[in-house]
Amino acid sequence: MDFSFTEEQTLLRNSVQRFIQDKYDIEARRKIINSEEGMSRDNWNAFAELGLLMAPFPEEYGGLGGDNIDMMVIMEEFGKGLVVEPYLQTVVLAGSFILHGGSEDQKQTLIPEIAGGEKIYAVAFAEPQGRYNLADLTTKAEKSGDGYTINGYKAVVLGGPWADKLIVTARTSGGERDEDGVSVFIVDKSADGVSTRDYPTVDGLRASEITFENVSVGADALLGKEGKGLGLVEKVFDIGIAALCAEGCGALRVLTDSTVEYCKTREQFGQPIGKFQVLQHRMVDMFMETEQMISMTYMVNLKLDESDVERKKAASAAKVQLGKSGKFVGQSAIQLHGGMGMTDELHVGHFFKRVTMMDTLFGNVDHHLKRYTSLDA
Amino acid sequence: MDIDYAPEDEAFRAEVRAFIAENKPKIVADKRARGEELTREDYLAWHKACYKKGWAAPKWPVEHGGTGWTVTQKYIWGEECAKGEVIPPLPFGMSMLAPVIMAYGSDAQKAEVLPKILSGDVWWCQGYSEPGSGSDLASLKTKAVREGDHYIVNGQKTWTTLAQHADWIFCLVRTDPDVKKQMGISFLLIDMKTPGITVNPIITLEGGHEVNEVFLDNVKVPVENRVGNENEGWTYAKFLLSHERSGIAGVASSKRSIEKLKTIARTEFSNGVSLWDDADFRSNISDISIQLTALEYTELRTLASESAGKGPGPEASLLKVRGTEIGQRIDELVVEATGYYSMPFRGGPATDSNVFPVGPEYADGVAGTYFNDRKTSIFGGSNEIQRNIMAKAVLGL
Repeated sequence: MDFSFTEEQTLLRNSVQRFIQDKYDIEARRKIINSEEGMSRDNWNAFAELGLLMAPFPEEYGGLGGDNIDMMVIMEEFGKGLVVEPYLQTVVLAGSFILHGGSEDQKQTLIPEIAGGEKIYAVAFAEPQGRYNLADLTTKAEKSGDGYTINGYKAVVLGGPWADKLIVTARTSGGERDEDGVSVFIVDKSADGVSTRDYPTVDGLRASEITFENVSVGADALLGKEGKGLGLVEKVFDIGIAALCAEGCGALRVLTDSTVEYCKTREQFGQPIGKFQVLQHRMVDMFMETEQMISMTYMVNLKLDESDVERKKAASAAKVQLGKSGKFVGQSAIQLHGGMGMTDELHVGHFFKRVTMMDTLFGNVDHHLKRYTSLDA
Repeated sequence: MDIDYAPEDEAFRAEVRAFIAENKPKIVADKRARGEELTREDYLAWHKACYKKGWAAPKWPVEHGGTGWTVTQKYIWGEECAKGEVIPPLPFGMSMLAPVIMAYGSDAQKAEVLPKILSGDVWWCQGYSEPGSGSDLASLKTKAVREGDHYIVNGQKTWTTLAQHADWIFCLVRTDPDVKKQMGISFLLIDMKTPGITVNPIITLEGGHEVNEVFLDNVKVPVENRVGNENEGWTYAKFLLSHERSGIAGVASSKRSIEKLKTIARTEFSNGVSLWDDADFRSNISDISIQLTALEYTELRTLASESAGKGPGPEASLLKVRGTEIGQRIDELVVEATGYYSMPFRGGPATDSNVFPVGPEYADGVAGTYFNDRKTSIFGGSNEIQRNIMAKAVLGL
């Protein structure tokens, strides 16, 4: 058993940490999210230069040969700065889709584009009626000639406005919620028939509603086997959950540390409010929740390569922890900062909003409790 | 013991319902449901309609323009207003300042202040909190120095709700720095148009502008604008705070939120089954409904003892703590029920107002409401402070 990080991983963490400290304080982030584009291309280029975009990919595809743990380290540090640039969408999700579902050709062509910072991706999976069921799809892809024609609608596609390419889940056969018949496609966002409505989200990101109207793609747009995509989708979203949990760890750490710091300095009734026992206990509970979250994040990241059942259970368990710990730590941080916690000016509110939305992304506590229950023999 | 409504109460309820249906400002209700910012006129529309009918101030004594309703009638009124989603008259004048003026104000103040609160012509805001004085309110530093017939006031107030619309502010100020902190405070009424007053917005985390900083720089206030005696302001402040807490249970508004939650639950589907038919989610709704019932009966008991002549006591803290906890829990469930469409943000640089809303109409602003309502366990004496009050004043600890 070993929970220590390699020298390379420690160096990686240090370099991301330095970047966040130098370039991503709350004012810098505010500028980015209020800019017209809502993300910083300069930051994206800097991620490429620091090797963050290639870190988790095998060397033969232009990567650095890292693994899930590298991704975890990067996402945790990103969480401390509430980074908005679409690392989760592009490197973690799209990268994993291609790496685990793509043909040799697709990997050779597409992964180097991600690793080099040339292409940004978004993943269009959710539909209004589908909630958190990844197989509940009304978007259809029908065979036409060598390729497919896609028709449908995708909701709240995070990072949609920035994307060059979309990973799209669609039904090639079967009924609305059948396990069989789910396929995964790569679609150029600029393709004819793709239309988008862009908007900001409450936690500082951007998203799109995307309509596909008779969008033609070639046979090479298909990732994996036609109709057998659900296994791939579930695996990739479990990897996404593991990365999101890491981001959550970073955010919870900031919320807890900031609250402790604030309570040491804020004075009422002639003493720092951190001297009041009722607040001490609340902060100790925040600390414990954060530690539990970190443990669960290690756990899920270490189990991503195990059997499907083990991996799914691990991901759902960690996501439940994220929802619960995130809510407790986020709400407590606001409460203990008092009125200041309610302001847009202080960083705490922004962390709270992001952490709150993490519960919704990829399925909330209720959804993952049910998923865990269904797998627990 | 008897919890049934008499026939005349039911008749009264019907009358109230009809009045609300006829006079409710529909546009305002829609804006509010979407979490949009309201104008001064929006806030006052319902108040003005009630004033015309003579129903603006049911809780006031008849001599000052109250309705003379029984406790039950007042309760029915509150319930129906919440169901009708009207915006009650702003509490700062109506429920907070007015009782203080009635109890401690001069005759001139009663004649000047009360009718304009009743009619909605003067908008009051509350100058209590300061950057260094939140929970420890009595440590406030804004000072007022007597110069002839005036006080010269210097200092800063903060978290001043809707000060951007206010005509007047009631302020706690320090008039004697050399005594125990509670003993040197006075209660002043200040015209917001007086030179030296600056109002700066504080944008809250969900993006709204509700609260403000108010700076007072050599503001000249006539001595006759002091309520009661010099250096006895803390007594009046505490009296006001007890009124601020009664009515904070928010039972009727939580009931309305639960109805909204149920509507969403019936509309949102997971695996082809509505959340309404999902045993886990339904159990969450039942749980919060039961908590609300306990609070409702606690409030009814408080009302009954109030009508028996007892003022709102420290038990009001119970209503505040449970009322805000329940309201916040409902907000959580609404966000959970809404799923991915709780994420879009209306407002912000990339928004074209013609494009919104995306997703179902009920999804509008649900996350913003959840974020914004975190304030309820902080303001009006944080829930930690309320528990301290109960520990000391109720349990004698």
